[in-house]
Amino acid sequence: MKATALEKIQAALPGAACQMALEAVVVEVRPEELAGTLTRLKEDPACNCGMLLDVTAIDYLDYPHPPPQAARFQVVHTLRNWQDNLLVQVRTPVADPDVGLTTATGLWDSANWGEREVFDQYGIRFQGHPDLRRILNHWQFEGHPLRKDYPIDRRQICTETDSLEKEIRARLAEKGVDDATLKDINTEVMFLNLGPSHPATHGAIRILAALDGETILANVNEIGYLHRGFEKTAEQRTYNQIVPLTDRLNYCSSMLNNIAYVKAVESWLGVEITERARFMRVVLSEFYRVLDHLVCCAAFMVDIGGLTNYWYLYNEKEDAYDFISRLTGARLTSSFTRIGGMYRDFYDGWQSDLESHLRAIEKGISDALKLVATNRIFHDRTQGVCIMPAAAALSYGFTGPNLRASGVPFDLRKDAPYYGYEAFDFTVPVGSTGDVYDRMMVRFEEMAQSISIIRQAIRHIPEGPVNVADPQVSLPPKEAVYNSIEGLANHFKLVFEGVKTPPGQWYDSYEAANGELGFHFVSDGSGRPYKLKVRPPCFYTMGGFHKMVEGSMIADAIINLSCINIIGGELDR
Amino acid sequence: MALGLEATLGDTVITTKLDAIINWGRQYSLWPYVFGTACCAIEFMSAAASQHDVSRFGAEVVRFSPRQADLMLVCGTISYKQAPILKRIYEQIAYPKWVVAMGACASSGGIYDNYCTVQGIDTIIPVDIYISGCPPRPEAILDALIKIQEQIKGESVLQERHKEYRGILD
Ligand code: SF4
Repeated sequence: MKATALEKIQAALPGAACQMALEAVVVEVRPEELAGTLTRLKEDPACNCGMLLDVTAIDYLDYPHPPPQAARFQVVHTLRNWQDNLLVQVRTPVADPDVGLTTATGLWDSANWGEREVFDQYGIRFQGHPDLRRILNHWQFEGHPLRKDYPIDRRQICTETDSLEKEIRARLAEKGVDDATLKDINTEVMFLNLGPSHPATHGAIRILAALDGETILANVNEIGYLHRGFEKTAEQRTYNQIVPLTDRLNYCSSMLNNIAYVKAVESWLGVEITERARFMRVVLSEFYRVLDHLVCCAAFMVDIGGLTNYWYLYNEKEDAYDFISRLTGARLTSSFTRIGGMYRDFYDGWQSDLESHLRAIEKGISDALKLVATNRIFHDRTQGVCIMPAAAALSYGFTGPNLRASGVPFDLRKDAPYYGYEAFDFTVPVGSTGDVYDRMMVRFEEMAQSISIIRQAIRHIPEGPVNVADPQVSLPPKEAVYNSIEGLANHFKLVFEGVKTPPGQWYDSYEAANGELGFHFVSDGSGRPYKLKVRPPCFYTMGGFHKMVEGSMIADAIINLSCINIIGGELDR
Repeated sequence: MALGLEATLGDTVITTKLDAIINWGRQYSLWPYVFGTACCAIEFMSAAASQHDVSRFGAEVVRFSPRQADLMLVCGTISYKQAPILKRIYEQIAYPKWVVAMGACASSGGIYDNYCTVQGIDTIIPVDIYISGCPPRPEAILDALIKIQEQIKGESVLQERHKEYRGILD
């Protein structure tokens, strides 16, 4: 399978150097070949990479070994062909960031925000980008924080919020609203700003809409209000110390991030976790997926005015904290995984606790659904609203439930299975039109599927250790640390220096509650990542938000925002 | 801050009696404005939900307009990009007002000691109570509420709190 992926891409790109890095085919190209290569990868039916998952860059300034290239920067495009499960990374050296590269915005819409982020964080320009400006940092920021010569503690004050006036006018012009219409008294356009601190935004997002009556003519969004420097902070920490940071990405399903993160490190290390740890991760992943969807559905119900449903759903999540805090010691920020396994095993009697929570959740879901499933008001309010066609969803890099609601049956658990997901019996629900209703109902159905996976896993979970017995990876048992010098030295080295990873660059992804959560690492061989980039599913969903809401009513935009489940921590990192 | 009549009365027995009545009223009808940005806001949701029930302390009327609130709860990380908004909203709340910094991030920047995170919201606006934890448990929020109530008990309409305060954005 892997060989064929490599052969396929190599056949399509005869001149380029291709190799494998984990699941991905890596193509190295020269800057002038980039545009051609990307076009080829997208349009050649053999490659058919319909999705641009992520764009990021690497600054090799401080790389301790001879860096893999002469130029200081490298830009990496990560593409996916979802039908055939092909993952392709295109790496391009950039000698002069002010010249940069050609933009990929003409090929995929997701390139727009992806390239803006690279520009913001690394200062690499993309020629031909329609709107290249900062996205995560504020407009008064100077310099580019992810460059290695930017000190992590150089803080810059922002005194004023960006007006976004230029952007909204440009968007209006794009939609064919000219100045004459703007000035005409009968078609006077009203500008409405929502957020970043507004109850409807569920966090810190800013939505600026140009309204004709209640209809949205044009919309631009600003994010970055919760940018917390995850990636720069991670470069200073050992691999295991990053686990608590991942909790705070999507804080509604912290454990999913923990698992996705350690899985990415383990796959590069080549560590095979124990059978029991694998089952634990499946159980906990699915449980957190349910919890995440519960919060999303509950918040959505509040926004359409169904407060009762909120209590049915949210109270179950609140109850589940009993199980979680008993297991992990914390309610929200679990930090439960370690490279090579888990922090600890389940406690005695976990099965019955978990089962009673599952029953309660099922009851909550069915109570909530009873109120809405055949409710005319609910249907009128959500069906045919804020439609996202499949082609556009792919082009904007949607993944997870939002993509499946548009009818694309792509789910990493099915299409690139890990942790033995192929052995579980479950289906991937898909929507038919990609409207708000579909996005909601896909989530409801996914909860049922996840609960069924959990029950299957509980039945088959084997006994055994939860950490691999590899002294390079896992901490030794406490008795060894206290009673033997080898154990002590081993413990000391792992804690202070971290788990050492072989030098290289890799990408690994996981089906998180919101979609494909990817981690892109560069290792210099030490116990800390040289670079760590998160591919957050929310970021690209939000990048397509204007596409969904333009032409709809302002009240529809509100419910659309809650049904796509934007989580600030993951969006802005 | 003096409301009106008592300003001319000065520090007399009438004022102190008035203080007692006004403070009693303020103590048990705090209307929170939740400035929720991150993970801590999820724990506030739990504090407001049935199990912990913040209404037992008279603070369940969560307002979404700063004009109608008097207790600002800052739940979550504040970045420099967010800071001017935090300040603006604080200024929009009418006097008297109190501020709670919930969680490590709001109190000190928390685990984010880096280029984009404000190292404690008390560099932007004056803070009355800090809650430790990452995130704090809902009980800790209730505890902070009780502390604010106790603080209010000792206040006087004649004193203006935080008059001298100057933040980095002032
Ligand atoms: S204190 Fe912790 S839980 Fe609260 S916002 Fe900060 S990181 Fe999140």
